[in-house]
Amino acid sequence: MIKYFKPSIFILSTIPFLIIIYKIFFNELGPEPVKEITHFTGEWTLIFICLTLAMSPLKKLTNLNFWVKGRRMLGLFVFFYASLHLLTYVGIDYRFSWQPIFDDVVKKKYIFVGFAAWLLLIPLTLTSSQKMMLLLKQNWKKLHSLIYVIAILGSLHFIWLSKTIYFKPLIYFVIITILLFLRVNFKRIFNK
Amino acid sequence: MIKFKNSEITPEKIYKNRRSFIKSVGLGASSIAMSTIPFANKSLASERDKLTSYKDITTYNNYYEFGTSKSDPYRNSQIFKTTPWDIAIEGEVEKPIKLSMEEISEMFISEERIYRLRCVEGWSMVIPWMGFSLSKLLSKVNPTNKAKFVEFESVYDPAQMKGQRYPVLNWPYNEGLRIDEAMHPLTTVVTGLYGKKLPNQNGAPLRIFIPWKYGFKSAKAIVKIKFVENMPTSSWMWASPREYGFYSNVNPNVDHPRWSQATERIIGEGVWAPRVKTLMFNGYGDEVASLYTGMDLKKYF
Repeated sequence: MIKYFKPSIFILSTIPFLIIIYKIFFNELGPEPVKEITHFTGEWTLIFICLTLAMSPLKKLTNLNFWVKGRRMLGLFVFFYASLHLLTYVGIDYRFSWQPIFDDVVKKKYIFVGFAAWLLLIPLTLTSSQKMMLLLKQNWKKLHSLIYVIAILGSLHFIWLSKTIYFKPLIYFVIITILLFLRVNFKRIFNK
Repeated sequence: MIKFKNSEITPEKIYKNRRSFIKSVGLGASSIAMSTIPFANKSLASERDKLTSYKDITTYNNYYEFGTSKSDPYRNSQIFKTTPWDIAIEGEVEKPIKLSMEEISEMFISEERIYRLRCVEGWSMVIPWMGFSLSKLLSKVNPTNKAKFVEFESVYDPAQMKGQRYPVLNWPYNEGLRIDEAMHPLTTVVTGLYGKKLPNQNGAPLRIFIPWKYGFKSAKAIVKIKFVENMPTSSWMWASPREYGFYSNVNPNVDHPRWSQATERIIGEGVWAPRVKTLMFNGYGDEVASLYTGMDLKKYF
């Protein structure tokens, strides 16, 4: 059972990617396809952020250690979908015309936080291996708590780009807030 | 309600062929056929000229009364009742009037008007509307000297419009124009598109269309037109005054606070099509720029 846990996570995690590839090939993206790809990859990035953050609370809740075994892979899929999202914006939407992209990053706060979140994902991806974990020792944990910042930035990115309908972005915000809240060690705070 | 027989409706393909025929006949014939269509007379990039498909125009809509997703209006508006329908013209006028849709279609002949639609969200379409200048309708009343603006009120009917059951916007939908903008010949009362009766999801039975302004200025399903002294507060200004101004002219140099307005995507062009540059006043500057002489368009966005 445990043996199949990681491979199944991997296969399941590629499904959204396969869906979007299928939709591009078979022209099933509707009248505004680029926006559709952008939103699709963006939302799956947020979903994978939530899944990654859910693993250690699940471990605590169920007292089962295997949840944490899937965490690294889920985290790598966050980077994967975030990169697809960025690539859609930079490559397909703006065709690598750097001037307007640069303007957007500097002037538009939702793009700024989104881009910042992607940049912060890079060191986490590079240090995701077992080797790096051993090499960085206790710093590894500090570094990887950046995911909390990334999660907040990602959720703000979604809230700030929405026109008037905050419903969906707020759901992600609430989920992420709860997942972060579960990590606060209240005992330590109150016993100080 | 006027019922169209299937045979009376021009299929989209024939419609398009006919249009390309008109174009290919050359200036002599086309100048007569298209003298009322300012946009078609312009030689712009072919992408900008190409009519958006009937399917995209009628299934990809921002019409929050029927739901906030683009596919909602088509799905949720099919049983919407547009008969009977009256439009009141009132406010600062000598004698307010009320006209039924039947009276309006008898009084004014709708002609084909091909205009570009630029949405504030950064996408655009080219739509062959059927309609006539709003000035003709407004000339049925005599405004008093207090009248400075024209306010448009859309229908409020939460029983039929499920989007209105949620406070997404300040219902009923409200929009406004300065009188000179309202009287401009490009400001159109729309009654149809692609030679057919206006579909419900596009604002049936009657909407306005202002081609040089962002799409949301063009109110749908209008029931009341009111001459007023003070600048009306539109529904979008209520929702976010920092982001949506009264004028909302298409302007590539003035960004929406949260996104750039310099470029746009043309609907129906596919994944690999590039963005195109947005034109000042949506390409209608020759006709309308004089309305804003001396105005700081950054301030009056």
